[in-house]
Amino acid sequence: MTSPEHAAAGLRVADLAAQAAALPADGQWPLWEVFTQSEQGAPHEHAGSLHAVDEEQALQNARDVYARRGGVISLWVVPAAAITASSAGDSGPFFDPGAAKAYRHPQFYKAPRGVRVL
Amino acid sequence: MSDDPAATAAFEARIANGESIEPKDWMPERYRKQLIRMMSQHAHSEIVGMLPEGNWITRAPSLRRKVGLLAKVQDEAGHGLYIYCGVETLGADRTDIIAQLLDGRAKYSSIFNYPTLTWADMGVIGWLVDGAAIVNQTLLAKASYGPYARAMIRICKEENFHKRQGYEMVSVLAAGTPAQKAMVQDAVNRFWWPSLMMFGPSDVDSPNSAELMRWGIKRKSNDELRQRFVNLTVTQAIAVGLTLPDPALRYDEATENWDFGEIDWTEFNQVVRGNGQCNQERLDTRRQAEREGAWVREAASAYAAKQRASSASVAA
Repeated sequence: MTSPEHAAAGLRVADLAAQAAALPADGQWPLWEVFTQSEQGAPHEHAGSLHAVDEEQALQNARDVYARRGGVISLWVVPAAAITASSAGDSGPFFDPGAAKAYRHPQFYKAPRGVRVL
Repeated sequence: MSDDPAATAAFEARIANGESIEPKDWMPERYRKQLIRMMSQHAHSEIVGMLPEGNWITRAPSLRRKVGLLAKVQDEAGHGLYIYCGVETLGADRTDIIAQLLDGRAKYSSIFNYPTLTWADMGVIGWLVDGAAIVNQTLLAKASYGPYARAMIRICKEENFHKRQGYEMVSVLAAGTPAQKAMVQDAVNRFWWPSLMMFGPSDVDSPNSAELMRWGIKRKSNDELRQRFVNLTVTQAIAVGLTLPDPALRYDEATENWDFGEIDWTEFNQVVRGNGQCNQERLDTRRQAEREGAWVREAASAYAAKQRASSASVAA
């Protein structure tokens, strides 16, 4: 599962440094999405999120929160506001072009009789 | 605010179809509100749940017990964080949610408003309280809201260690000196009924249950889960030679359930309303931690600001 869950629209990545540098009025630090890799060759998967003041603290907190028991060999932390996600309301029209292309799948093509392995 | 009936019908069809609801999907406002209420109560319970046990870390009788208890209490903090981040995906503000805990508006599991009087309470809490939580959370791991279900899967994996370390402690004390056995039996006597109350009011008095079940947030009723917990636990008590403080407890061959006596709902309601033995102490401790941790948060912010400023000046 890698769909970003907190992506807020309208913030540029460059704004994040400024945002992290100031203590917001409500005391809330920026939100980071955490991705973990469980073993060599495995993909990074979304594990959850956390608040941290900067990337270094985000990484340390992610280790303590999402890798307390080992089982993680690599961590990514990404500012949640830097993620752009497809919108749920448009997911039909947005993904439709991929749905009607049977010719992209091997089953679309006929193999001659008698050929077992192709 | 009323939701579009057609959208609600489509939403309920998705739930009936076993689909997972994700943060950006459309959902009825009431579903969102119920989840925010339930998940934030759950997160608060994890956080407040650290307090009765944290009290005993420095008094653990051996290093083995100390590292186990310390790791368990750290896990509870982690579990609170998993669920708080889940609540945020619903658009709730974490600062608000924590403020509600600190000013006493939010609820959390009443079990943590009982005092931990002896070391044996640590074992019994792991065995009964975490045992009850696992019964509940195993089903929440199939809840319809994706972020909640995923947090629960992670939590369930970790909680099995909590229950086992507790049951190990209980079994060692139960097989120990007469004084140790009496101490652990006393802890069981005090925590048994409050553990049964953890599953919430009886189905007939649970106003939220029907809706939560229709929306796939809950998969089984409070009474079904309570019965499952009793059935699992009675045999574990017998195995270590401890009794449960309920004269009405007996096995029903026909239903294959352990029948149990009537829960004292007056006590339950009193503790929920804030009149338990430790409600005030728990909140005071949380507020103290929040106050005394403020300088750490301020220092982290100041340090990050300084780092930004110096890297900006290097770049310039």
